[in-house]
Amino acid sequence: MFELLGIPPQALFGQLLLGLINGSFYAMLSLGLAVIFGLLNIINFAHGAQYMMGAFVAWMLGNYLGLGYWWALVIAPVVVGASGIVIERLMLSRLYHLDHLYGLLLTFGLALIIQGLFRNAYGVSGMPYTAPPVLAGGQNLGFMFLPNYRAWVVVASLVACFGTWFLIEKTRLGAYLRAATENPTLVGAFGINVPRLITLTYGFGVGLAAFAGVLAAPIYSVNPNMGADLIIVVFAVVVIGGMGSIMGAIVTGFGLGIIEGLTRVFYPEGSAVVIFVIMALVLLVKPQGLFGRPV
Amino acid sequence: MADLATADIGMPEQGPTLGMPRHHMAIFAGLFAFMLVAPFFLYPVFLMKVMCFALFACAFNLLLGYGGLLSFGHAAFFGSASYVSAHAAKVWGLTPELAVLSGTVVAALLGLVIGALAIRRQGIYFAMVTLAFAQMIFFFSVQAPFTGGEDGIQAVPRGRLLGILDISADRTFYFFVLAVTFAGLLVIYRIIHSPFGHILKAIRENEPRSVSLGYRVNRYKLAVFVMSATLAGLAGATKALVFQLASLTDVYWTMSGEVVLMALLGGMGTVFGPIAGAAIVVTLQNYFATFGAWVTVIEGVVFVVGVLLFREGIVGVLSRWLRKPL
Repeated sequence: MFELLGIPPQALFGQLLLGLINGSFYAMLSLGLAVIFGLLNIINFAHGAQYMMGAFVAWMLGNYLGLGYWWALVIAPVVVGASGIVIERLMLSRLYHLDHLYGLLLTFGLALIIQGLFRNAYGVSGMPYTAPPVLAGGQNLGFMFLPNYRAWVVVASLVACFGTWFLIEKTRLGAYLRAATENPTLVGAFGINVPRLITLTYGFGVGLAAFAGVLAAPIYSVNPNMGADLIIVVFAVVVIGGMGSIMGAIVTGFGLGIIEGLTRVFYPEGSAVVIFVIMALVLLVKPQGLFGRPV
Repeated sequence: MADLATADIGMPEQGPTLGMPRHHMAIFAGLFAFMLVAPFFLYPVFLMKVMCFALFACAFNLLLGYGGLLSFGHAAFFGSASYVSAHAAKVWGLTPELAVLSGTVVAALLGLVIGALAIRRQGIYFAMVTLAFAQMIFFFSVQAPFTGGEDGIQAVPRGRLLGILDISADRTFYFFVLAVTFAGLLVIYRIIHSPFGHILKAIRENEPRSVSLGYRVNRYKLAVFVMSATLAGLAGATKALVFQLASLTDVYWTMSGEVVLMALLGGMGTVFGPIAGAAIVVTLQNYFATFGAWVTVIEGVVFVVGVLLFREGIVGVLSRWLRKPL
């Protein structure tokens, strides 16, 4: 077997794949945050908890109703997205006239409530969730072994990300959305129901987080804390990328996942903090973020 | 930032150099008198915990309530000071006042570095940046050899004050904590009511205007960030000696969230609000400790209710009723 820079290729490509998987989740979650922030001007701290809810709804569907993975992939985002719509109507909509920080505080409180309730009901040890048989096993690519499910996660998240990009950048609905981001009052004056657009946007962003949660369920164990630490890394990703562009969020998410994977190969001790270090560097060089608009 | 700290009802009528208004002095004196006798009928360790968190919350409030900067990463300063103070007392064998001092100095330096980076972004981004850096400190604490990983630093000796006076018993150590806390609170009070504090409020209310008036806004922000980090460090360093323990809980993001909760509940931008908030939250944790994750749920509910209905906080509402800034 050949070696690259003194690293066996299995290790290198294995970590690259792991980085790509992490990057898929960073991309999907930061994309949801960016879409929500664009219209609501709120940073959704509950995003990690809603990602966890997606995984739990998938697990519950399987355990209580006998519905499999593919059903979960459709139902969980809808259910969690609907819960998001309720939250937006009942609570978030009362805060739009206030400082943006209150939205952050409110969603932080919601995250505590959701995580606490799930911890009470299911403990912290985590539950296994098996991937569907179709995606079991893997391919031997010669230089590495590629588990089918992981390949599916990367593909599914790419499809979700580019689907979102297409929806926002290329469709009429997306055009309304972008217009409402720029100037909600004016768009409202043209007869478009901006409050409903806002509600749907929040529901969509939350649904995207739940979709990521279902994808994550077979890889990581389903556990109430699975979103808590992840969301902080995603915040760093968002700061690095800037929330100005959809494509920026996707590229930054995947890119940072890969960089994290490479760090795990070459300097394992630094892998937990590398994204934060990059964030510090970006703040020094380009404070508005790589894809952010200058303030 | 004008909506934030709605509870801050103007300044007392005197100029900034004329010292405390009478009712503030009365409250401070009353609190101090109460805390002097309290250990004789309440559990001293509980009271010390309340005092450490009161100081922590007031330090945080200095940044949020007066500087208008929401840091979601104050656990980094609290926790790292706690580790350094515990390490200094246990491994280097320093006296308690030097251990606390070394923890505080480290928190100040950390505040300088994180603050210099964080103030390059505003508003929500500022909160996310501080949170991310605090998480970085957390990961560092998990891996660093001297923090003891999951176990933390246990059995930290309280030692002898100035190397002479044995203060290792709860009842005696209590008065050390009392002195540290009130010194810290008075320093914060002084900062808030100094000309520097007034400029901070001007920046909070209208940053572009403060720039146009010729203030170097970023210097003021960095200065108040470092002050807040230092005082949070003082609280954390003292806390390590109170519980004779420094652990990962002190640097975790839940700790950052708790201090935000204390300030919100008591009243952001009030002098005495964070003290009340800290007392309530610590009491709540004490009584619900056996209910596991329900504490988290209750804290979450308080957050949601506080943000939706009760943004002035307890002391903020009192202050409006009494028509006096508290």
